[in-house]
Amino acid sequence: MIDPRLVLLVSAALFAIGVAGVLTRRGAITILMCVELMLNAGNLAFIAFARLFDGPEAQIYVFFVMTLAAAEAAAGLAIVIALFRLRGTTDVDEINLLKW
Amino acid sequence: MEQIAFFVLALLSIASALVVVTNRNPITSAVALAFNLVSIAGLYMVLDAQFIGLLQVIVYAGAIMVLILFVIMLLNLREEAQAHPVGTFQRVLAPVATVLFAVAIGRGVWLSTPPVFPAASAGYGTASSVGRELFTTFYYPFEAISLLLVVAMVGAVLLAKKKLS
Amino acid sequence: MLTLIWLIPILPLAGVAINGLLGRRLPKAAVGLIGCGVILASLLLSVGAVVELAKLPADARHFETSLGTWMPLGELAPGGAGVTIDWGFALDPLSAVMILVVTGVGFLIHVYSVGYMEHEEGFARFFVYINLFMSMMLTLVLGSNLLVTFVGWEGVGLCSYLLIGFFYDRPFDERTGLSCADAGRKAFLVNRIGDFAFVIGMLYLITTFGTLEYRGVAEAIEAGAGGHALLVAVGILLFIGACGKSAQIPLYVWLPDAMAGPTPVSALIHAATMVTAGVYMVTRMSTLYVHAPEAMAVIGLVGAATAIFAATMGITATDIKKVLAYSTVSQLGYMFAAAGVGAWTAAIFHLMTHAFFKALLFLGAGSVIHGQHGEQDITRMGELRVKLPVTFATFVTGALAIAGIFPLAGFFSKDEILWGAFSSGHRVIWLMLALAAGLTAFYMFRLTFLVFYGRYRGDYHAFEHAHESPKSMTVPLMVLAALSVIGGWIGVPAALTRGADVNLFHHWLAPAVASGAHEAAEGAAHGAGTELSLMALALAVALVGIGAAWVIYRRRRGLADSIAAAFRPVYILWRNLYWVDELYEAAVIRPFYAVSRFSAGFDKWVIDGLVNLSAILTDIVGQLLKLFQTGYVRNYALLFLMGVVVVLLFLATV
Repeated sequence: MIDPRLVLLVSAALFAIGVAGVLTRRGAITILMCVELMLNAGNLAFIAFARLFDGPEAQIYVFFVMTLAAAEAAAGLAIVIALFRLRGTTDVDEINLLKW
Repeated sequence: MEQIAFFVLALLSIASALVVVTNRNPITSAVALAFNLVSIAGLYMVLDAQFIGLLQVIVYAGAIMVLILFVIMLLNLREEAQAHPVGTFQRVLAPVATVLFAVAIGRGVWLSTPPVFPAASAGYGTASSVGRELFTTFYYPFEAISLLLVVAMVGAVLLAKKKLS
Repeated sequence: MLTLIWLIPILPLAGVAINGLLGRRLPKAAVGLIGCGVILASLLLSVGAVVELAKLPADARHFETSLGTWMPLGELAPGGAGVTIDWGFALDPLSAVMILVVTGVGFLIHVYSVGYMEHEEGFARFFVYINLFMSMMLTLVLGSNLLVTFVGWEGVGLCSYLLIGFFYDRPFDERTGLSCADAGRKAFLVNRIGDFAFVIGMLYLITTFGTLEYRGVAEAIEAGAGGHALLVAVGILLFIGACGKSAQIPLYVWLPDAMAGPTPVSALIHAATMVTAGVYMVTRMSTLYVHAPEAMAVIGLVGAATAIFAATMGITATDIKKVLAYSTVSQLGYMFAAAGVGAWTAAIFHLMTHAFFKALLFLGAGSVIHGQHGEQDITRMGELRVKLPVTFATFVTGALAIAGIFPLAGFFSKDEILWGAFSSGHRVIWLMLALAAGLTAFYMFRLTFLVFYGRYRGDYHAFEHAHESPKSMTVPLMVLAALSVIGGWIGVPAALTRGADVNLFHHWLAPAVASGAHEAAEGAAHGAGTELSLMALALAVALVGIGAAWVIYRRRRGLADSIAAAFRPVYILWRNLYWVDELYEAAVIRPFYAVSRFSAGFDKWVIDGLVNLSAILTDIVGQLLKLFQTGYVRNYALLFLMGVVVVLLFLATV
């Protein structure tokens, strides 16, 4: 049988990789993709716990998270497009007008 | 059997995640992400959550990834410049913080979960069981989420459309 | 009428209110009418109240009323009785004399001011201020406890400041560079020193006796409460307060400079009323002083010394008002000397007669100044008796009265003081006062001869235009002259009437003051014969003084200058007023300014610096913190992650 702890470790690892990606990458869309990675890691943890507690609730949470991720991806990409139109680039380091 | 499937899928997902994070070409990252999403769907199946796994493939890998690829192509993004971190602060602390973070979570997780899955009940993870819960106990959130989707759609259209000059 | 005595100080306030709010828009006649009218009302009310008081039997002439509780203080010491202070007003023979003098002379001076201030701007303001002054003075005199008196005490000090500096934009003294406003400030500040001692005295009294009521304190002292040392200390403290208000050594320096104010002010405040407040207060507390002979000795000596000291400065002064100012200081010294030897009734008697003739002299001087359109230097006057006849006649009357010539008022009052000093054994004080009497006669007639006789020494143009003053000014002069003549006749000593006791004044006042050495010695060791011979001696001294002045200033012209040259050091000493002002400047004022500058610097650099430092620190912290706002999303994400890690670690260890 699968060790639940291993499943959760995988989830943690995926999440950490996603975090590293957000901190490191410069492209706005790539950062969004890393965020999706993190969301999926969260979903994986949810599924593991659903299996542990033997109930459908966690699966429904995953359902909702997925829906939200879709909505968020749509809105986020729209923002990136608007930003690209304004600045001509998706490099987040170029968008720094709020500095002191 | 399950264990082998699990390990393979886990490795695949981690490997593809690493590709997403490190590759400079955004298209390569997108494709790797799609790969990652599918392997995670596989993991869901291994864990008996069939319905959700299906949904993962359809919604995530099918719709969201396509959307992302669309936008990448639309904006004609080239290879990303070398990520030079802004300042010593970021360069030093980012890896440190990430590692600390991973260690903290991993340790917490390892110590607080039981080592064995219990037996799954009959009908666990099927569309009917999930569906039943969704439309009875979680009815209101369901409706709210559909409203949210409308909002997101309207917002996306508004944000992305060209200004009428 | 007695129940309405609280109205006496309140009525002038109506004048203050009306003239203060509407005075600018009313015609001068109306302002003057209101200003004098309220005082007349107070005068009539006072007369009525005193008449009613007189109907009471001699040993029960005391009436008290209260306008309510002022300070319910509760216990001053744990377990002690509750202490309250009321807005109390009391009428007894002593305050009766005072209110009649204050309202009577005050009314005359108010009428005079209508004429004197006719051409000045600020006419309404003047009447507001002197009405306020009258109200405060009457409060001072009618108060039944020390604190109500103190309210009036401070109030008259304030009005003195306002009135001395009335011509606030005029310079005053070329020699010292003082302006009128400076003179007002000087008066207030010097007064303050005295007030400080007064307050401390009051604090001692209230913590020891639990009351500030005059009657209550007197009863407690008679009953033996309060140690001897305490009574002496309080006596001296209160006397220091009186020194400030009544211009005795060492706090007299403000009075000569107070001449910067308009002449009616000098007459009212610095001759007849405010400066007598100290004498009044000391007499009120006579019970305390009788039980503290050391304090009385101090009072007597200071008074006598001041009498001579001020007289010497009057001999060489050249401003007509300043001569009168030094004369006032000297005469106040007489009053305090009388109090110091226990002759309380004599002190108040002299207070009353002095009010008459000093006010007369000041108003006369004002008439002289008015007639010459502002000239005040007597070396530039002369021959004015032909141009100002009424002023001349009344002025000479006042001069004779102050010199103590029989049968004018000053003779009787001064003589009673001298007799009181001699018969109670204070021979030194008697000698000093007798010498001062001679000097008084001398400088007063020096003044008279220089102003009214001889040839006019000033600008002939001014002499041409010199004219007698209007009726509003000369009528008060005549009334005061009449009072200066007959005012002494209510205090004729028994020695002169061959035993018939017609000293009405003494009888009237005696129940209100403590019996002092004077009464005890009366008629005991020394008989009427001694008293008569002393009277003759005093009269002779006065005549010698007048004669010397006549010789020096009328007969031999150059004699004054040759005497001054012969005694040059003394002349310089007196002319420069013993350099007392300069001494104070160097010993007190300069160090004080140094301390003030230091404090100002301290405030500016240290205290403000500390406040600014906190602002600077905040700024620095802000400058440091703003470095976090780089504008890069990735930095923000990192900070976010760091926060999460901290929380996780925290949870992991818990």
